[in-house]
Amino acid sequence: MATRHYSEIDGRSSGFFALLALLAIMVAGGFGGAWYMEHNGHYVTGMSNRIVWGVPHVFAVFLIVAASGALNVASIASVFGRELYKPLARLSGVLSITLLAGGLAVLVLDLGRPERLIVAMTHYNFKSIFAWNIFLYTGFFAIVAAYLWVMLERRMNAYSKPLGLLAFLWRLILTTGTGSIFGFLVARESYDSALYAPLFIIMSFAFGLAIFILVLMAACGGARRPLGDAIVARLTTLLGQFVAVVMYFVLVYHLTNLYFTGRHDFERFILVDGGVYTALFWLGQVLIGGILPLALLFHPVWSRSRRAVAAASICVIVGGLAQIYVIIIGGQAYPLAIFPGKEVASRIFDGVIATYAPTLPEVALGVSGIALALVLTAVALKVLPLLPRSLADRDVAAVPPGNA
Amino acid sequence: MSLDRRSFLGLGAAALAGVAITPGLRLIELVQARSPEEAASALRRWGLLIDTARCTDCEVCVTACHTENGITGHGRPATDAQWIRKVTLSDKRTGHAQTLPLMCQHCEHPPCVDVCPTGASFKRADGIVLVDKHTCIGCRYCVMACPYGARSFIHETVTGQKPDVPRGKGTVESCTLCVHRIDRDGQPACVEACTTDGGKAMVFGDLNDGAGELHQRLRREPAIQLRADLALNTGVRYQGL
Repeated sequence: MATRHYSEIDGRSSGFFALLALLAIMVAGGFGGAWYMEHNGHYVTGMSNRIVWGVPHVFAVFLIVAASGALNVASIASVFGRELYKPLARLSGVLSITLLAGGLAVLVLDLGRPERLIVAMTHYNFKSIFAWNIFLYTGFFAIVAAYLWVMLERRMNAYSKPLGLLAFLWRLILTTGTGSIFGFLVARESYDSALYAPLFIIMSFAFGLAIFILVLMAACGGARRPLGDAIVARLTTLLGQFVAVVMYFVLVYHLTNLYFTGRHDFERFILVDGGVYTALFWLGQVLIGGILPLALLFHPVWSRSRRAVAAASICVIVGGLAQIYVIIIGGQAYPLAIFPGKEVASRIFDGVIATYAPTLPEVALGVSGIALALVLTAVALKVLPLLPRSLADRDVAAVPPGNA
Repeated sequence: MSLDRRSFLGLGAAALAGVAITPGLRLIELVQARSPEEAASALRRWGLLIDTARCTDCEVCVTACHTENGITGHGRPATDAQWIRKVTLSDKRTGHAQTLPLMCQHCEHPPCVDVCPTGASFKRADGIVLVDKHTCIGCRYCVMACPYGARSFIHETVTGQKPDVPRGKGTVESCTLCVHRIDRDGQPACVEACTTDGGKAMVFGDLNDGAGELHQRLRREPAIQLRADLALNTGVRYQGL
């Protein structure tokens, strides 16, 4: 009986080490930025008492959301029994762990008191969705690590289905928790919506798969392992569907707000005259993150080009960052409605759109989260047998069901 | 000057008596403070009433608060701490203008306390909402959750702290209702300043005390809570809005 062969990537080429070095420099830059912010205080960032969550949160939330989505490929294989995805499951699991690690590193380093992480681990307020998320994140690491182990250890392969199911359910709860960080904020018109939980789940599907496709292409290309059209075509269609559903949820969210008279001003701010937020919404989120990838992924000719699929994945990532920027920063920039029907003014900018211009240290910190996730992934590919020796169409099809 | 034996003994006895009595005087002060067990009782609910008709254009409440609590700025209004601020309102249709002080509303169901992951944001039994500076990790989720924009994140090193008001870079803080004064049977600095130097627009008291001025006024006269739609049952009430 044919079996699938996985092996570590060689990882001795100068290109591989150059990649590691570049990523390491980016990670070091982020840590330097975090040290600078911690040493001087957050006033050296663009953040203020009105915009308390800035660019680091944009990257952190993006990575945390993408992490749970990156696990999808493994879930489709283990939970839904799709054989074509099985050879990709190990990479999917590892990527979900490394993306979460990158996101959490940024989140923790942006705290006012990052050295008090131990306090967050020992003092809990269980009414806080943040406190729940701490358990959801650590639980995710543990469950996916166990899931990876049963996939890697041949004797334990039989357990990959139940553990895969547990990981799948856990990741749905985790992203519900991440979305609810915003959905539960009753005081702000921009948040306060149950839609944030399912919206974040479908965003995670799209962002995670886009990153997965790029990492898969880079790994197969770099390690000179064949990657057949069958797998790429399947992932292409899937990504297109996810992007379309994200756009649907965004449409429903804004339609609901447009129906509520009390939220017209907020919608006008995001959709019409919000300056950078309006631009990021239409150009970043809708055009680059939605329309362009849909055109590339569903076009009868373009969708067969690897470059087009890679470009679409990059678009989904860029559009996703724009979307989270609009959600997090745009949502805070819009003033609180404390006095309905009144023009409000004060010394600390009540009643006006808050300004925010990110500074280098916080951008470096945010970007370092992506670099950290990628460097961990590269090292994992070198030390663990994650990637099949061949993903060519004939090899993917030749392996009998159940032989992961 | 030489000291004879009699004078030496006399002065020595007086000094000894002084040494013995001084801590005693300090003890009287401590005895007058409440013991830890009765420091904060749910029988009380501290609150404020702000009469916007009396509130003038002055900022004595803001100045008094920041002097009392050692809040000094760095000339950066976007990041400087602001425990209490004067807000001017004008009606969008009629242009009717008003001014009022806005600070932590000391909600009965504070969203900041709900969202705080570590429990650093907490509500005392007597309704005062505070931040435990030892367990605040600086995540700023409470700032996101507060409907009144009442909280400040400390963006830089603080100097000139008051012994009663511990503060720290990287943590979040807001109006404490001058809890250190209340625990010594005083009233918040803003209310005191408004009464002596301002428009006498602020009344401090126990919302539960039927005989107190605050309770009496709220029983006789109409007053509202800000964002009453959120059903947070604020401790601070406004008249004339």
